[in-house]
Amino acid sequence: MRQESGKLLQQTLEHIGLTFISLLVAILIGVPLGIYITRHTRAAGAVLGTAGVLQTIPSIALLGFMIPLLGIGPLPAITALFLYALLPIIRNTYTGINGVDPLVKEAAVAMGMTRWQRLSKVDLPLAFPVIMAGIRTATVINVGVGTLAAYIAAGGLGEFIFGGIALNNTNMILAGAIPAALLAILLDFLLSLVQRMGRRKRRTALWVLPWVFLLLSSFYMLPLGYNSRLLAGFTPEFMGRSDGDIGLRTVYGLKIRTVVISDAVMYKAAYEKKLDVISGYSTDGRLKTYDLLTLEDDKKIFPPYYAAPVIRKEVLEKYPMLGPVLNKLAGRINDSIMTELNYKVEHIGQTPEKCARDFLAEQGLYKAPAPAVEGTIRLGSKIFPEQYILINMYAMLIRGYTGLQVDTKTGLGGTKICFEALVNNKIDMYPEYTGTALLAILQPAKEDVRRLGGDRDSVYNYVKARFVKEYDLAWLDPIGFNNAYALMMRRSQAQQLGIHSISDLVSYLKNNKL
Amino acid sequence: MIAVNNITKTFDGYTAVDNVSFTVEEGETLVLLGRSGSGKTTLLKMINRLIEPSSGEIRIEGRRTQDGPPEELRRKIGYVFQNTGLFPHYTVAGNIGIVPRLLGWDKEKIHRRACSLMEKLGLPATYLPSYPHQLSGGQQQRVGLARALAADPPILLMDEPFGALDPITRTSLQKDFKELDELKNKTVILVTHDVQEAFELADRICLMDKGRIIQAGKPQDLLFHPADEYVKDFFGDQRFLLEVKMMDPSDHVALINAFNHFKNKGN
Repeated sequence: MRQESGKLLQQTLEHIGLTFISLLVAILIGVPLGIYITRHTRAAGAVLGTAGVLQTIPSIALLGFMIPLLGIGPLPAITALFLYALLPIIRNTYTGINGVDPLVKEAAVAMGMTRWQRLSKVDLPLAFPVIMAGIRTATVINVGVGTLAAYIAAGGLGEFIFGGIALNNTNMILAGAIPAALLAILLDFLLSLVQRMGRRKRRTALWVLPWVFLLLSSFYMLPLGYNSRLLAGFTPEFMGRSDGDIGLRTVYGLKIRTVVISDAVMYKAAYEKKLDVISGYSTDGRLKTYDLLTLEDDKKIFPPYYAAPVIRKEVLEKYPMLGPVLNKLAGRINDSIMTELNYKVEHIGQTPEKCARDFLAEQGLYKAPAPAVEGTIRLGSKIFPEQYILINMYAMLIRGYTGLQVDTKTGLGGTKICFEALVNNKIDMYPEYTGTALLAILQPAKEDVRRLGGDRDSVYNYVKARFVKEYDLAWLDPIGFNNAYALMMRRSQAQQLGIHSISDLVSYLKNNKL
Repeated sequence: MIAVNNITKTFDGYTAVDNVSFTVEEGETLVLLGRSGSGKTTLLKMINRLIEPSSGEIRIEGRRTQDGPPEELRRKIGYVFQNTGLFPHYTVAGNIGIVPRLLGWDKEKIHRRACSLMEKLGLPATYLPSYPHQLSGGQQQRVGLARALAADPPILLMDEPFGALDPITRTSLQKDFKELDELKNKTVILVTHDVQEAFELADRICLMDKGRIIQAGKPQDLLFHPADEYVKDFFGDQRFLLEVKMMDPSDHVALINAFNHFKNKGN
């Protein structure tokens, strides 16, 4: 608990730092740019347009664009936040100065003020409340978007939020979300005080504020842990799991410098040598794309993650033909087939639909949609290609063999969101993994997990029994592949260092300390 | 002395001021009189380079205004706006002190100057720390006048300075303005569309229409020797009042002429 609160403090400080570094840069560039376009109105459209377009890019996508250019870590995160903060600051500077009474501006000219005197004595003081409002908006945006920095190894409160979503841990989500919300409200309030200050107080504030911003910026420390020769990038989920980072440290005694990163960019970062060790999924198509090697889990800390459809029992009883139809996939897809299918979608760019259809046709399972009958099945999936492929296969099977309608809700953020949707009768079925169900949803006592011992069938049976009893949900037969966690390295590097298993990695790090 | 030589100003093909020339002697009050759109304000603003002329030149004390930085020129010319143009974020004292501060006067001198101007313009010194919005329209206009006079510039430009005031306030301010000893040696150019005001304040009047000067001269010249029908018509219904005002009270012949003129027009 103490460790967690230390972590919370560190992440909050990181978050404040991230927010203010980018805000400071955005003010230093945005205010002069806003002033510039009040004098060069022809440039105004272009500048405001560009900043506006930047603003409309979804934040995750913007971070995605940053990675090829700036890699991972603080630099792309700060750059992305800076770009988001830019528009409100430029626009408010521009409208603030343009909003100054033209008569007052003309009077300033007529008094014999120079350009600079007009700007500093008339335009800026009179536009100050509007500019400040822009800075407030930018601050709130930055605190919010700043949570996404956790996706690209830049730290901040997002680590808790995304870890919590992935781990189905509400407290962990709140531990990140509540401080972030409070931070936004508090900073907005403090800046509103500055905005409403009288002229004399304001002058003092303008001297003090830059130093305060600089001080707050310095809160951002690079996320460091152990100093080691190799750098690991783990997902927020992996960081919080007993079979993840915790297991690596306790069972293997792994000591490696670690950053938190989204799985969406992790593989590429490993390929681009920004990271050396990552926590991947063993059937991920990007293993093939980026030529990564799975390290052998010689001490068996990663439990099996066999995928199988989880369905509401009520639906299964209402449409008895559904069970056998969904089980047609059972045992048909092993690890290498799944990796291959994922590769086709992720790397070659096939649509999940085509990929699913080709596979079913090849297996002689594909049937054109049967005549429609009454009833609709709602299918859900998490947001990654493997789930999209599976969900397409199931949709085709249901349409082909039963004539039931299918409504797919793809892209339910993570385990928590999928599972909640199922329990709350928003969807009828989604593919789940035995290990996830065990450790993220059921979360049994440590002894029970140890007793199950990573055995495929015992984990499956345990999960199946408890799901029926506690949630009225049925597990159908496993599809065949085991999408377990795995540590991965670039094949070339692993071979060069002679690392084949996690134990090899541990001993390499021990023998090659910095 | 201000000499305006062949000044023209065009905006996108529209000629606002068309080849205008005139001179203003030191200590003289010249009124630019005309309807709205006649180019009088544009002409005024070219004198302190708020607007740059398209062609022609203006000389003050023989020196071309185009030579040298406009800021220095403007600091030597007081300017009064119709709607005050006071800085809303400055106090009354701050507003009055703007030009002296730009000229680098010390604080003590600026304060003394502000106090003395307040007194001369009939404003209590207790208003010095107030902000413009706390004052009435007439008081604001007095502060605007004080601001223009603060650095004791030899020239004062006034753009419809009493135009936005109610008739009673206007009359009282005009009266105070006329009696202000500060103005004794100043060259004043005042823009107005108000005939009464022009005759009240002017040493000489330039009557303008469509960017040109139609007639320039003493008020009585315009009244009694109008250059053309336009000038004649311009005074319209106010002619009788103006004539009476301009007249030597002992000149009975003129009085009867004026009366007859008025009567005939009435018929």
